[in-house]
Amino acid sequence: MSDMTDTSGPVLAADGTPLKRSLAKALRRQKLRALLLISPLLLFILVSFILPIADMLYRSVDNKIVVQTLPRTVQALSDWDADSGQLPEEAVFAAMAADLKEAAAAKTHTKVGSRLNYENPGMSSIFRKTGRNAKKFDIEAGGPWKEALIEMNDDWADPDVWRTIQTYSPPTTAGYFLNAVDMRVGPDGAEMRPESEQIYMNLLKRTLWMSLFITFSCIVLAYPVAWILANLPTRQSNLLMILVLLPFWTSLLVRTSAWKILLQQQGVINDVLVWIGLVSDDARLVIINNQFGTIVAMTHILLPFMILPMYSVMQTIPPTYLRAAKSLGATDWTAFWRVYFPQTIPGIGAGSILVFILAIGYYITPALVGGTKGTFISNQIAFHISTSLNWGLASALGAILLAVVLVLYWAYDKIVGIDNVKLG
Amino acid sequence: MKLVKTLLASSALTVTAGAVSAQDMANEMTLVSWGGAYQASQVKAYVEPYLEMHPEVKITWDESSAEAVAKLRAMNEAGNVTWDLVDAVASDSMRLCDEGLAEELNHDEVLAAAPDGTSASEDFGDLLVSDCFVPQIVYSTTFGYRTDLVGAEAPTTVCDIFDLEKFPGKRALQKRPIDNMEWALYCDGVAKDELYEVMGTDEGVERGLAKLDTIKDQVVWWTAGAETPQLLADGEVVMGSTFNGRLFSAIAEQNQPIEMLWDMQSFDLDGWVVPAGLPEDRKARVMDFLKFATDTQRLADQAKYISYGPARKSSAPLVGNHEELGIEMAPHMPTDPANASNVHVYDYEWWADNRDDLNAKFEAWLAK
Repeated sequence: MSDMTDTSGPVLAADGTPLKRSLAKALRRQKLRALLLISPLLLFILVSFILPIADMLYRSVDNKIVVQTLPRTVQALSDWDADSGQLPEEAVFAAMAADLKEAAAAKTHTKVGSRLNYENPGMSSIFRKTGRNAKKFDIEAGGPWKEALIEMNDDWADPDVWRTIQTYSPPTTAGYFLNAVDMRVGPDGAEMRPESEQIYMNLLKRTLWMSLFITFSCIVLAYPVAWILANLPTRQSNLLMILVLLPFWTSLLVRTSAWKILLQQQGVINDVLVWIGLVSDDARLVIINNQFGTIVAMTHILLPFMILPMYSVMQTIPPTYLRAAKSLGATDWTAFWRVYFPQTIPGIGAGSILVFILAIGYYITPALVGGTKGTFISNQIAFHISTSLNWGLASALGAILLAVVLVLYWAYDKIVGIDNVKLG
Repeated sequence: MKLVKTLLASSALTVTAGAVSAQDMANEMTLVSWGGAYQASQVKAYVEPYLEMHPEVKITWDESSAEAVAKLRAMNEAGNVTWDLVDAVASDSMRLCDEGLAEELNHDEVLAAAPDGTSASEDFGDLLVSDCFVPQIVYSTTFGYRTDLVGAEAPTTVCDIFDLEKFPGKRALQKRPIDNMEWALYCDGVAKDELYEVMGTDEGVERGLAKLDTIKDQVVWWTAGAETPQLLADGEVVMGSTFNGRLFSAIAEQNQPIEMLWDMQSFDLDGWVVPAGLPEDRKARVMDFLKFATDTQRLADQAKYISYGPARKSSAPLVGNHEELGIEMAPHMPTDPANASNVHVYDYEWWADNRDDLNAKFEAWLAK
C-alpha cells in the first residue's frame, strides 16, 4: 500500500522540488535567454516597422480632427435632425463661431476644412474664407451668428454643409473605407457612388488579375532559364547567372525607360516590324501605354525574383533521379512530369509568392508604361499620399490591399501549403 | 530719417530687416527645388551671388519639390523639419498653408520693395495667391507641335487639339483634370469667364469629359514635364502640352522642329514657401536669403537662364538675353504681350475645393 502511494506521487528532482516544475523553470530560463538574444531585432522591427504600419492603418478610421477642432459645434449639432431640411438653430451657429475663433487662432480651421472637403467638395473654401475674419469674432456681441455667418459666406445656409459636419463628427469614421470601395454615406446610410465616380474596386480587380498574369508569365519564362542554369557546367552557368543578375543591378527607372524606347510606336520593335514589312507604317502596333506594356515591362523586371528561387531548388535535385526514371522505362516527358517537376514545385511556390506580392504593390512602372488602362491601385495610393494628401483614404486602400494579400497567402497555405515553399 | 532708411535698405544684404544680427543666423540652409534646368537657374541667379556675400553659409539642395507637400507633412508629424525653404507651385503652397505646414508671411515686411519704392505686395500684385507664398516665376502649361508632322497648315488655336480631322495623330496631355477640363469646355463653346461656373455642375463636368472623349484614343497621358518634349522629338505625338520652359529648351537649345502654340496657355506660379515652426536662427537665415532672392534684380536675372517670366512687375523691363545662347528672352516669356493675347488663368480656390472630386471623376473616366 505504502509502495503504491510512493510511485503515484510526483517525481522529485535532486533538490526535492517536483521534476516537472524544475524542468519548466529551466525551460523558461532558456526561452527568456533566447528572447533576450533576439530582443534588439524584435524591438527594431516593432519600432521601425510594426508601429508605423499600425499608425498608418489607424489613419484609415481616425476622425478625431472634427470633434477636436469643433467641439462645441459637434455637441450642439448632436440633436439636430438633418432630414428636416431646416437649418440648425442659432445655438449651433454660435457654437461654430466660437469654435472657428479658437481654431483660427490655432490655425487649425483650414485643416478641418480640408478634411471635410474630401466628403463634400467646397467645404475647404467655406472654412478658409470664414476663418479669415474669425480671429476678430466677438462671440458675445457679434450675434446673432446665424445671420452673421451666412452673410459672411452664404454656403453656411446650405443644410448639406451641416449634415456633412454632423455625419463626420464621431472620432472614428468608416468614411475612408467606404470611399475605398466606391461607396459613400448617403442620407439613408451607405450607398454606392454613381458609376462616373467608381474607381477603386475596378482598379483592385485589375491589379489582382494583372499581377497574377505577370506571375504566370514569369513562371513560364523563368522555368527553362532556371533549368539551364542548374544543369550547365559551373563556368558557363556562372556567366549566365551574371546575365540574369545584370538587369537586377540596373536602376528600375532605366529599365522602364528602356522599355519605352523599345515599345513605343516610333520605337525599335515597331521600326523593325515596319522595315521587314510585317506591319504597314500607318498601322504601327500599340504596345505601350496599355496593359500589354505594363505586363511586358513588369514581367521583365520581376523575372530574376522567379529565376533565383527556382534555380536554387533545381540545383538540389540530383540528376541521377531523371536517369533512374529513364532507365526504368519512363519517356522523357514522364520522367520530367512525374519525377523532376514535382520536386521543383517548392521553388515555383517561393518565386510566385515573391513576384506576386512585389507586383501587387508596384507603381512606378505602371505609371510610366501603363497609360490609362495599365495602372495599378498603388498608383492611386501614391496619388493620395503625395498629391491629394488624403492619407486616410490612402491607408484605407492600403489596408484593403494588405488584407487581400493576407487572404491570398492564407488560401495559398491551404491549397499548396506554406511548408512546401523553399528558397533552396 | 529717409536717408537712414535708404542706408538701412542698402545694407540689408548683410543685416536683415528687424533686429536679428548676423550672429543669430544659422549658417546652414536646406533648399528644396525641382532639380534640372530650373534649379540651375536658381543657383546661377541668386544662390551663387548670395554665397559670395556670405561665404560662411553652406547650402544643401533637396530635389523633392514634386513631393514637397507630403514630405513636409511627414516631417512635421515626426517633429523634425529639416527643410528651410521649399520651392512649390501655387496650389501646393495653398495646401501647405491650409494644413498649417507653412509660415504665414507679411509680404511687405519680409520682402524687398521695388527699386522705385513700390511695396512688395503691390509689385507682386495678384500673384500673391496665398499668405504663405512668395512667387518667383510665372510659367505656363501650353502646347508645342511638330512643324514637320502637323501638315501644311499649323495649328493656331487650342481647339485644334480637339480637331482630329485637320490635325490627325496623337497628342500628349497631362494626366490630371486641371487645364484639360478648361480647354475642353472652352473648345466646346463655353465662354472663358464662365468655365468654372459650368464646371461646378455635374452636367458641366460630363460635358467637358465628353469633349475629351472625342480625342481620348489619340491621347498619350503624361505625368512628368520632360515627357512631352521627348514624345515630340521621337515623333510619338504631333502636339502636346507641357511647361513652356521645357518646350523652349527643346526648340532653342536642342533645335527640334517644334513650335509653340501659345493660345489659351494656362498661367501658373511657382515660388517659395517657408516651413512653419522653424527655430529662430534658421528662420532668420531663411528670411535673409528670401529677401535677397526675390528682389527685383534677382528675379530678372533668373530669366537669363530659363524662359519663365519673373513674378515682379518691376523685373519685367530688366529681362535681358539668354546667358549662353545670347538670344533675347522676352519673346519667349509666357507673359510677353504677343504670347499672352489669349491666356487662361486658373482659379486656385475653385480647384482647391473641387480637385479631389474632379479627380475621382477624371480617373473613373480614364479607366473606362
